[in-house]
Amino acid sequence: MTINTMDKGGWHRQQMSCFRKMEKLIVAMQDPDMGIKMRNQRLLITVIPHAMTGRDVIDWLIQKYRMCEEEALHLGGMLVRYGYIYPLKEPRSLVLRADETPYRFQTPYFWTSTRWPASEIDYAIYLAKKNIRKQGELMEYEKERYSLLHKRINHTWDFVVMQAREQLRASKQRRKADRIVLECQEQAYWLINRPQPGAHNILDVGLERPNNFSSRVTLNSDYYKSEIEACRRALGRNRVKSSICLEGFVKFSEQYQNHDPIMQGCLPSNPWISDDSAHWTMNAEMVPTPTRLRVERWSFSFRELLNDVMGRREFMTYLEKEFSAENLCFWQACENIRHGESSRIVEKVEEVYKAFLAPGAARWVNIDSKTMAHTLEGLKHPHRFVMDAAQMHIYFLMKKDSYPRYLKSDLYKNMLARAIVPQETKKSVFPFMRRQRHSSPSPAQAFTQVLEEDGRAQAGTNAAGSHV
Amino acid sequence: MAAEKAEIDALKKECDGLRTKIEAARKAVNDSTMTDAAGGVDTVGRVQLKLRKTLKGHLAKIYAMHWAADSRQMVSASQDGKLLIWDTFTGNKLIAVPLKSAWVMSVAFAPSGNLVASGGLDNICTVYNIKSASPKTLRELDAHTGYLSCCRFLSDSEILTASGDTTCCLWDLETGKQKIIFTNHIGDCMSLALSPDGNTFISGACDSLAKLWDLREGTCKQTFSGHTSDINAISFFPSGNAVITGSDDCSCKMYDLRADQEVTGYQDTSLNAGVTSLALSNSGRLIFAGYDDFNCHIWDTLKGEKVGVLSGHDNRVSCTGVPEDGMGVCTGSWDSFLKLWN
Repeated sequence: MTINTMDKGGWHRQQMSCFRKMEKLIVAMQDPDMGIKMRNQRLLITVIPHAMTGRDVIDWLIQKYRMCEEEALHLGGMLVRYGYIYPLKEPRSLVLRADETPYRFQTPYFWTSTRWPASEIDYAIYLAKKNIRKQGELMEYEKERYSLLHKRINHTWDFVVMQAREQLRASKQRRKADRIVLECQEQAYWLINRPQPGAHNILDVGLERPNNFSSRVTLNSDYYKSEIEACRRALGRNRVKSSICLEGFVKFSEQYQNHDPIMQGCLPSNPWISDDSAHWTMNAEMVPTPTRLRVERWSFSFRELLNDVMGRREFMTYLEKEFSAENLCFWQACENIRHGESSRIVEKVEEVYKAFLAPGAARWVNIDSKTMAHTLEGLKHPHRFVMDAAQMHIYFLMKKDSYPRYLKSDLYKNMLARAIVPQETKKSVFPFMRRQRHSSPSPAQAFTQVLEEDGRAQAGTNAAGSHV
Repeated sequence: MAAEKAEIDALKKECDGLRTKIEAARKAVNDSTMTDAAGGVDTVGRVQLKLRKTLKGHLAKIYAMHWAADSRQMVSASQDGKLLIWDTFTGNKLIAVPLKSAWVMSVAFAPSGNLVASGGLDNICTVYNIKSASPKTLRELDAHTGYLSCCRFLSDSEILTASGDTTCCLWDLETGKQKIIFTNHIGDCMSLALSPDGNTFISGACDSLAKLWDLREGTCKQTFSGHTSDINAISFFPSGNAVITGSDDCSCKMYDLRADQEVTGYQDTSLNAGVTSLALSNSGRLIFAGYDDFNCHIWDTLKGEKVGVLSGHDNRVSCTGVPEDGMGVCTGSWDSFLKLWN
């Protein structure tokens, strides 16, 4: 979620660091010895000094940073979009072309970061100058903005016009070449800082987020009273020692490390890398034989077992052997009520009661009398969570009793033994591109080293073979 | 007037007094630091993820994305007024949903894969059925008085929304009515996340607080402070025992639910851009945090160190997401592209 409030200077802060990086690059590009070799560019009949072609920029980036053409185009493009380099021929087309198109470096005076934020008065002066220089030279959108500004900062309009005239007078005294350069630079600056409607606005900081607390929640006595209530409740809560909690996180991460494809890769292969969807096929909801990692996860927590459709089915089979399958059925029926359609709640609650809770019910579940009484009371006005207490009771019963025994059972152990450990397959095109993920490689990688070597040997013999 | 003010001042004083006591209670159980606890854990070294795919198709800034439960489909929302549903494996666009209002800020995929929801400056959360021949508007949930910053489905019949009107809301999709309104924040709610067990959810807001709510009772169970600016992104640690937040104050924090306090902060002096979004890898070991500086930085959750960076976007990273199967991470940006990395 990304909306920013302007007044906190947030934009200023993070855009600035990006600008600084770009500026470092720009300065390096203009280094007299190691920078781009500049030349004179002919613009109509005038010669503009210190210009370069798009091709020059790209070649310099490729050579200096040892990058490929695509990346150089990308990076150079950014420099143009942020106004550090501007095109001489089509000023409104802020793209870097990898050909003879001429470009020039923007003077630091007109860097966006130097003159941030672009002021309204400066923009007004700029538009005024354009207007005075050639009547009707302003584009439609510029005319609109000009008249808007005229309304908004009317009180300083004399100043604006005076400044405009003064700047025009001063520029007339410059050499034509210099004048054109300055005009180009100024135009480039305003194309970035006040872009044409529809043009990409790189300075956009997103949707305005009115962050006005006082207008939303009044901090009155009612508010404080409820806060005090909340604080009293919070004060009384049970807090677990940090050491225990932190150890929990460490253990969790370690336990799940092999199950984290980003950390440890995955078998047979990561579909995103190998373009092979075998992993997904093997781990579909219902498969004849599940993978070993999947079956292992069932032993991590009861919740993991219940979250997996296959796991639940296996557990159900086990409970049937123990004649306590009604517990899981009841639990599932309650989940159905909790997450299902509102319109069917009353009907479902009726069914559950009849099947599991009513005296003499076919699949009667054993809940303590207190919970039963509480539930029966709630049944008078059935709602989505009316079975919660009973469901919780049965859940813990299964978790504390049946679940640990299931994990020790032959049923589970056999499933684990039968479970598939997929063979690692890789993209066969470039077998030598191994990515070193981190210091401790997964066991699969050791196996692949052998495959790799075989692969290369194979390729070697094939090549030899094809020369015959 | 004076009497009123005196009363408010007295209440405020009592409130502050209680808060101090709570801090003391928290300190009392704080007998270890993450650095100590994770001392014996191996470092992850330098995490270098490669760009696997770039999804091109949006014409304007991407504001939000959400993975489908099958870890293969994904929905993204852009200010070009469209939701795009992608098959990330092939890179194909499966469905385009045109939006009534282009000012979209959030999007969600239902766990069933049948529905998607979106909302934004129109204050409305619109739910679409994408399984019909062409995407059909199922419901327009219109009751918030502020923009919709985040939405998440609990099932095909319930959805949670977070809004700039400082409330979060649980809706019944069959009736289209609000079931529970969660009020307690005093700033715009920016983000929410559901707990792995489905009983609670957390919200982050512009009042720099993160709150844990009970979905059944509608009450705020815990409040976490520490950030000094708006919280933009929030997520549960996969075990469900901790909350990770990302804020405009350029830092991320991890709050422990059982110890009821902050355990680690993730910040770096070289990082002076706000955090816009975050997601965790399946083991919880890595945090992928999108920043305003156009990058997504990778943190080692346990060691508190920056261990990598995903660079390649030309503009702010607005959304980040790791699919359920944890295959990789997707970043979406204002440069209109979505990138998949692992």
